[in-house]
Amino acid sequence: MTNATDIERRPWAGANREYDIVKEFVIAMVVVTALTLGLAFAFGSPDDKNLTLQSWAAASPGDLVATAAQELAGTSGVAGYGPPYNNTPDVSQSIGPINLQELAGVRIPIDTATDFVIRPLEQMPANAATTDAINAWKGATPDQQAKWAGDYADAIDAADGDYTKVAAGDYGPVPVLTGSLLAAAEGGALDGVLLTQGRVYSTDYTLPLLFLADGTYLEDQARAQHLGGDQWGMTNETGSYPGQSWLWLYTFWYQIEPFASSDNADAWVWGLMMVLTVGLMLLPFIPGLRSIPRWIPVHRLIWRDYYKTHAVVKR
Amino acid sequence: MTADLDATPASPADPPPGTHAAESSSTWTGGLLNRWQRTLPPEKLLPDKQPEYVASWIYVFGVATLAALLVIVASGLILTLRGPAWWHQSDPGHYVNSVHLWSVELFFMFMVVHLWGKFWMAAWRGRRAMTWITGVVCFLASVGTAFTGYVIQTNFDAQWIATQAKDGLNSVGIGAWFNVLDVGQMLLFHVAMLPLVLGAIVIWHVLLVRRHGVVPPIDVALYEEETS
Repeated sequence: MTNATDIERRPWAGANREYDIVKEFVIAMVVVTALTLGLAFAFGSPDDKNLTLQSWAAASPGDLVATAAQELAGTSGVAGYGPPYNNTPDVSQSIGPINLQELAGVRIPIDTATDFVIRPLEQMPANAATTDAINAWKGATPDQQAKWAGDYADAIDAADGDYTKVAAGDYGPVPVLTGSLLAAAEGGALDGVLLTQGRVYSTDYTLPLLFLADGTYLEDQARAQHLGGDQWGMTNETGSYPGQSWLWLYTFWYQIEPFASSDNADAWVWGLMMVLTVGLMLLPFIPGLRSIPRWIPVHRLIWRDYYKTHAVVKR
Repeated sequence: MTADLDATPASPADPPPGTHAAESSSTWTGGLLNRWQRTLPPEKLLPDKQPEYVASWIYVFGVATLAALLVIVASGLILTLRGPAWWHQSDPGHYVNSVHLWSVELFFMFMVVHLWGKFWMAAWRGRRAMTWITGVVCFLASVGTAFTGYVIQTNFDAQWIATQAKDGLNSVGIGAWFNVLDVGQMLLFHVAMLPLVLGAIVIWHVLLVRRHGVVPPIDVALYEEETS
């Protein structure tokens, strides 16, 4: 009798059965194609229209103005993001002493005041008030700029986000700048200016998407579609369609502690998933894990017909 | 002249084309052909017989995964003909996009069942570890390819996914080189780079399956008298 290990390694020397591999493939192609065409016909696919800065300005002008004020003040999400956008200290994510975000460095430098507000306004036709406001902003010290914009952002917040009802105060040129930016967004010009940045061709939506994501409007829309990070995010899809369900394990970690409330959640989840992925790849070499199929004999079900008539070697 | 040489009648001692000639050749081409024939002869590549234990519905999911992948490629190629925004503006385009979406859903469903099946069969036994590893890499490459597809939908879903996913990528320092907010870069990853990588690994995986054969049942004993 030949032992099981030898049998696994050698070409099969036992009985064979006829197996038409080409026919199997053709049948699979026909069935899967028909199934796909049928599912596509029956259910279609979701296509919720993209948001634009123009639609954001129309639906939630206060959020856009408040976001612009935060970009000027340097208190927005992107302004305090760290690499690859800027060098904000002590905000990058790390896994213990390993800080890959910091190591990668600033590769897509973004000055939020300049890139989201001042330069777009400079690249569009401006009235005298806007031009004066830009000049006043540029002529001020960084501390003065931060105070004007910070005070204005706080005032909008105190007015429950209604920029038309902010308390009187010294906000310098900031209300004019944010008002001009809002007008440019309402007219549709800001979408193009942030995308092209003075060039003709561009497929890089980094600036408009980061600006949009700095507001609350995008997230509000996403949460309404159960797409929030604590709502299993990317495993869902708009409407009732299946999303990237294969990402369930990645998304799962964000739902539980300690990851859910960790400032380093992304880095830890990525690190954990990398370890698990390498573990899955190297499963054949990991004692214990590789023996699970032997301990839980699902294979008895898979090969039940064969085991009925053939002997087993006990190891 | 070449034509004269080609027309020279073969003597009875001549070997069949592509067999002995390759073995006796000292050229790189002959060596490659020889190695190919030794490693994966036609009867292994396209067998018309399989071991008697290859009789379960679980075996269907490997070929079903492959079939779904081909539907994905076919529907994706149609989408490329008119560009990434076509499907928003055209009913036929939307239908092709739907086919693309559902073939991806089926692809992952079949692949996950296939993967679990191979796990419970401990299909890495008998020097088949590389077959398992390439299968896992196929799964990873598929996740990456599908993900880039989601961020190039050019709709709300794509905007949200891209702005969320950037944080994970940036946290491990790769977000600047794999910038999910750059639709042009993601588009090229989705239609060129990743499909090529995935296609190559899938071919490697399938060839390994054909080379080593389907793993025998766990703890099976083969009596010598059965083989005699």
